[in-house]
Amino acid sequence: MAKVLIIAEHSKGQIKKATLSSVTAANKIGGGFSLVVLGKDVKGVADAYAKFGAEKVFVIDGDVFKNYIAENYAEAVAQLIKAQNFEFVFGSATAFTKDLIPRIAAKFDAGMASEVLAVEVSGSDVVFARPMWAGNAIAHIKITSPVKFATIRATEFDHAKESGAVSPVENFAANVDPAKAKVEYLEFAETKSERPELTEARVVISGGRGAKGPEGFKMIEELADLLNAAIGASRAAVDSGWVPNDLQVGQTGKIVAPELYIACGISGAIQHIAGMKGSKVIVAINKDEEAPIFQVADYGLVADMFKAIPELVSAIKASR
Amino acid sequence: MKILVTAKRVTDPDMKIKVKPDGTGIVTDGMNYKINPFCEIAVEEALRIREKGNQAEIVVVGIGPKEAATELRTALAMGADRAILVLIDKYYDSTVVAKILKKIVEEEKPDLILTGKQAVDDDSNQASQMLAALLGYPQACFASKIELTDGGKKAKVTREVDGGLETIQVELPAIVSADLRLNEPRYPTVPNILKAKKKPLKEVPVDSLGIDVTPKTEFVKMTEPPTRKAGIKVPDVATLVDKLKNESKVL
Ligand SMILES: Cc1cc2nc3c(=O)[nH]c(=O)nc-3n(C[C@H](O)[C@H](O)[C@H](O)COP(=O)(O)OP(=O)(O)OC[C@H]3O[C@@H](n4cnc5c(N)ncnc54)[C@H](O)[C@@H]3O)c2cc1C
Repeated sequence: MAKVLIIAEHSKGQIKKATLSSVTAANKIGGGFSLVVLGKDVKGVADAYAKFGAEKVFVIDGDVFKNYIAENYAEAVAQLIKAQNFEFVFGSATAFTKDLIPRIAAKFDAGMASEVLAVEVSGSDVVFARPMWAGNAIAHIKITSPVKFATIRATEFDHAKESGAVSPVENFAANVDPAKAKVEYLEFAETKSERPELTEARVVISGGRGAKGPEGFKMIEELADLLNAAIGASRAAVDSGWVPNDLQVGQTGKIVAPELYIACGISGAIQHIAGMKGSKVIVAINKDEEAPIFQVADYGLVADMFKAIPELVSAIKASR
Repeated sequence: MKILVTAKRVTDPDMKIKVKPDGTGIVTDGMNYKINPFCEIAVEEALRIREKGNQAEIVVVGIGPKEAATELRTALAMGADRAILVLIDKYYDSTVVAKILKKIVEEEKPDLILTGKQAVDDDSNQASQMLAALLGYPQACFASKIELTDGGKKAKVTREVDGGLETIQVELPAIVSADLRLNEPRYPTVPNILKAKKKPLKEVPVDSLGIDVTPKTEFVKMTEPPTRKAGIKVPDVATLVDKLKNESKVL
């Protein structure tokens, strides 16, 4: 039986690419992996997930799982883990798994590694490398409980490729009493956006306090349109209410690693850098030449972003 | 009602962290300590719930060395009523934290437990969820808004999740972990700092709790993260576009 269970995330009937990073991490452990998809009418998602080499794709489907409620999901996954004797349980580190996986781990009196950067395997020994102090120190830890839990940082593991085979999709009848949860799901206020998702975009353009308000972000949007980029932000910009909360990049927000990251009017606090220093190419536009962001930027432009961004838009248009 | 709030002592988030050359941990010489910013937000929220007219006793709990009393005093100076410091001096992880907190909850029987979503030193973001599981309580993590409903028997909580904001209603007792946008914590005033010195702070040796404090993780070593070298400054936008097109080929 497979050693690793991966909690597969989905949204609007689509698989989440981040989950495919957990597949890569599971393949490092070896011994095979299975996936579990939870929700209501999620057979289609399970079929889509069946292409990545899983021993099985389990489906936990039903009205109880229509909306995510930690208590119900944790109970269902715990039953699956017991039934199948998984040794490792992974999920890619998103708001969903960060909320869910520790709750499952506690049911097994088990240890957990958060935001895993690397899985180091030697013989039967598995060491997880994970960031502490906003990524300024990397702890290498072993988990000593029989079942071992981890969230996987998606930017550190490639997306698994389709395997060519199709995994069997199997229903798992979890026995969950929704009345026990004492939770009522009320609503989801979605941040509507036509842009690529922040954590998956090839280009990310972020604005900070230097954007001075929603107008600054309008300018950033124009550049983003041109480059089919996602928009990110520093905590200062989010706190000011200029952009939605889930655009915060950093230690306590989203971790991104696009091919190109352009930071506009962002000073480069350690908490911000923690979320974007894995980007392939970093550009910083800041009017203060001493700003710490320049210490991680490949290309730094000391300029007023209100002048530089429109210039950049014209120059890119002209160069095409 | 009774509100239990956590206050972890952490290294000052604005200080530079250096890994010890022998890989046994980080350099702590000259380090300043603070209350974990997320716990500070949790304490503030407890105070605001009370200030909205709810009768509430606010008990703040910390786990750590004797020095962690300083951060509990900060919470008391903000307005909490009394503090409990569980003294532990060996390596512990979130599983141990959750077990200790469970024991305190069983003794204190709070209606609401407010925590910080993560501690900015270990960045684990686990203990609140684990505690909720051990107690069989509902959890509402990453909260950006809390409102007591149903005459204080429930809480309506807005959560910061991927792709938007989710609102759930949980029956109390429940665990709610604070995210950044929940509130802006107040600064303790000098008179309140003086008053806090006289508020009760009970030290509880972890051994007296009668729980198994064996961690479920084992520390192997600490390493430095890979560093990024600073690149170059470009004189103008034209040069920037040229570099992005022809040197790094990302445009
Ligand atoms: C617990 C905790 C968690 C945190 N988590 C995060 C996190 O996840 N992500 C995050 O980003 N931060 C986080 N922070 C906040 C972080 O410490 C910084 O306060 C924040 O990143 C600063 O945002 P900023 O760079 O936009 O603002 P500032 O530091 O104020 O910088 C603004 C910059 O804009 C420049 N500027 C101003 N005007 C212009 C102009 N016209 N053109 C060009 N440049 C201009 C200035 O020179 C300056 O460098 C956290 C803090 C704490 C305590």
